[in-house]
Amino acid sequence: MSLIKQEDDAITFDTFMEGVWRQNPVFVMVLGMCPTLAVTVSAVNALSMGIATAFVLVSSCFLISLIRNLVPKEVRIATYIVIIATFVTLVDYLIQAGSLKLYEALGAFIQLIVVNCIILGRAEAHASKNPPLKAVINALGMGVGFTIGLFALGGTREILGAGKLFGISLFGEHFQPWVVMVLPPGGFFVLGGWLLLFSLLRSKSENKEEHRHGA
Amino acid sequence: MAHETLSQIFISTLLTNNFVLAMFLGLCPFLGVSGRLDTAFPMGVATTFVMLVASLCAYGLNLLLGYFNLEFLRLISYIVVIASSVQLVEMIMKKYSPALFRALGIYLPLITTNCAVLGVALFQTSREYDLAQSLTFSLGGGAGFTLALVLMASLRERLQLSNVPTLVQGTALSLILAGLLSLTFMGFAGLGGLE
Repeated sequence: MSLIKQEDDAITFDTFMEGVWRQNPVFVMVLGMCPTLAVTVSAVNALSMGIATAFVLVSSCFLISLIRNLVPKEVRIATYIVIIATFVTLVDYLIQAGSLKLYEALGAFIQLIVVNCIILGRAEAHASKNPPLKAVINALGMGVGFTIGLFALGGTREILGAGKLFGISLFGEHFQPWVVMVLPPGGFFVLGGWLLLFSLLRSKSENKEEHRHGA
Repeated sequence: MAHETLSQIFISTLLTNNFVLAMFLGLCPFLGVSGRLDTAFPMGVATTFVMLVASLCAYGLNLLLGYFNLEFLRLISYIVVIASSVQLVEMIMKKYSPALFRALGIYLPLITTNCAVLGVALFQTSREYDLAQSLTFSLGGGAGFTLALVLMASLRERLQLSNVPTLVQGTALSLILAGLLSLTFMGFAGLGGLE
């Protein structure tokens, strides 16, 4: 753990895995909640939102890392925001051109990727201090972690709220959909449930550690 | 879509389509600042003010960009406008009300990354609201944000007195609380003549 604090350019597997597991943006850091809850009514929406965010994250971290020594300290946040907004505009137009149906489902939340705290947080905390390749790998991990988080939420909500996954019916005709799960309150409940599960897992593994040290 | 009356817009953004509880905008401050009632209310008011300024600027800016056929610059210019209006609010507040400025502290600059503010600007553009409608929309949204923040803060203050298992404490509990609050707000559905 203490090794991460040191300034080193070595790229390890941990650079990638940090975002996927130990610092998962959805379940551990609870960042970027607005898109997380708003678009996760179905697995497809959640996946596309995750991929779009990951793309913006990776490309802006790459660019920010490239110019990290050129940007004066005082205007760095403004510079980051403009870079992020540029990539978000790009993604917005790409999705609009690729699939109009998806574009309508995600709505303004594509453009709201700009104010997703994960991206600005990564830019400030990691990309502005590390060389491009390392920044990209770290951002990729964060993006994958975010996508997994979104997918877990979207999948759960679609299964419970509609009895389907990716539009395929799972339980046959007799399943009574739990409609509240695809409505706004369901988003809060499902995320709360997942967080509960994670804190349960964490407390169990901590207990195990304590037992091992005690013995 | 742009023929809704002003009162319809206000009621719908305040209650039925509450920014926080139904549209999931501005969740970071909602979960972060709602710990105490006496910071929650000023935060809501400051955000409402920024929303009004941002909405006004976004309306003018949208006309300008439309005139020059530069719509693809919309997002970038909105975010720059919001960042500078937050800075402006900060400067005005520092000059005329230093007490409030000190009370809000770090939360003030964080309004820039509040997606409710950018959300107001983006939604009023996509719904093609005119100036009066845009201002009502942002006022209702801000009032709704303040309402949700104050309700949540009151609930969490009460919760500190109760005996909660350690496992559930923290964000998970806040989220379940927010879910219950959101469920209550669904009772307003149909009010104001809009879905």
